[in-house]
Amino acid sequence: MRKFFTALAAVAVIGLIAGAASAEIKKVRIGTEGAYPPFNYIDENGKLRGFDVEIAQALCDAMKAECEFVVQDWDGIIPGLLAKKYDAIIASMSITEERKKKVDFTDKYYNTPAKFVQRKGAGHKIILEDGVDTVADVSKVHLNKEGLKGKTIAVQRATIHENFLRDTLGDVVTIRAYATQDEANMDLVSGRVDLVLADSVALDDGFLKTEAGKDFEFVGPGFTDRKWFGDGAGIAVRKDDTELREALNKALKQILADGTYKKINDKYFDFDVYGG
Amino acid sequence: MDLSIVWESLPRLFQGSLLTVEITALSVVIGLALAIPLAMMRLARNPFVWMPVYAYIFYFRGTPFIVQLFLIYYGSGQFRDALDAAGLWPFFREAYFCAVLALTLNTAAYTAEILRGAIQAVPHGEIEAARACGMSRALLYRRIILPKAFRLALPAYSNEVVFLLQTTSIVSIIALMDLTGVARVIIARSFEPYKLFLTAAVFYLVMTYAILFAFRKVEHWLSGHLRERPSAEKEAAAAAEAVALR
Repeated sequence: MRKFFTALAAVAVIGLIAGAASAEIKKVRIGTEGAYPPFNYIDENGKLRGFDVEIAQALCDAMKAECEFVVQDWDGIIPGLLAKKYDAIIASMSITEERKKKVDFTDKYYNTPAKFVQRKGAGHKIILEDGVDTVADVSKVHLNKEGLKGKTIAVQRATIHENFLRDTLGDVVTIRAYATQDEANMDLVSGRVDLVLADSVALDDGFLKTEAGKDFEFVGPGFTDRKWFGDGAGIAVRKDDTELREALNKALKQILADGTYKKINDKYFDFDVYGG
Repeated sequence: MDLSIVWESLPRLFQGSLLTVEITALSVVIGLALAIPLAMMRLARNPFVWMPVYAYIFYFRGTPFIVQLFLIYYGSGQFRDALDAAGLWPFFREAYFCAVLALTLNTAAYTAEILRGAIQAVPHGEIEAARACGMSRALLYRRIILPKAFRLALPAYSNEVVFLLQTTSIVSIIALMDLTGVARVIIARSFEPYKLFLTAAVFYLVMTYAILFAFRKVEHWLSGHLRERPSAEKEAAAAAEAVALR
């Protein structure tokens, strides 16, 4: 009799585990920043919008899950995920080695280079080499340390751009780290800082193409060095949440294949942000 | 628990605390210097004198500090040309200046209100007595009203200084590397908010304790006349005892 119960219990346990593993994900809480146009921002009606938000919605539709968005300041966005305030971060977060120590990432869902912006005609020189479009390995070019000495550069706090600046130019320039990209841009406009470094698309659509950014321009090459900029933007999930990660990866493949991704891409950009 | 990140961060957090102490001290000193005339103007009978001061105090007490700081820092950025023309831009360009300016204006408003209450609480009899002695208005303020008002205001003012210290944690939003700002920069790469903010909290507690300790000393020093004196009888008894023991 006892054996029978043991067997029954074992069957029940196995059943539970199997049941949990195959249970569909019904609801996903998604953390995003809401201050990074055109990727994620809050419009004048207080609604969350942007490329990240629509991709997130498309992924949830593909997973047949319900999505709930949680807005969280950027520098607390990983701690918020670890504290289970939400289950995934879809907020243009680059997949980097540093972050991988704390969270897991899905495959990338877009990849765009980082660039500097200056006031038009300011004539800053970022690297000594001429005619370089993209820098995939910073050690192969020469940053213009001499010319940038004493300059002030603005970045958003807790970003790959801040890390890159601190590691490559931190010894010669003053770095000012702001809570949001908009605040960094505002201080470029007011003239408190000489340069801003950020994602090129965020700078282009969120700043250069706006009224405030009309006197400013890109300077220097695009930076894509994997050491800092990683493999593009991915979706971060908690390390033990393999199931959600796999479901998101599957959904991502699906929306890339069925044209949903391209539709969202074309709504926001006139080029392919998915990258090579 | 691995505390090496805390240990490694201590020198940088200490650096940040120095900035916190610096901007707190500067704002407290300038703010107090501004608050004394403001409190007196607030009590003036002439509406052209008290109304602007009332409006200023009302604004700074009625709005959150973060809004005041944003207005002064990013607001001044919008008026760069005008400030340039007036030669003020080199000041407003610096986040440090904007932070101290905002903190000073904020604390001056609160302190003026504390002092106003204290001045009004000076017993009428003391003022009458001074007048009866023929003191002029200036002398009356200098010898009687202000010293008494300071003693009365001290407990409330120590609160204001502690609040100001806590308020400085907001200046990191304009990219100043105060204690909170440094903690945030370290968290950005280590993703250890609990350990670092707890450590920063300990730093703040130590600073708060230092402020409270200093105020206790000042209060003790200013209230000697209120404490029980060693009475003549007790002293005589002690002396007699000493003689008997010999």
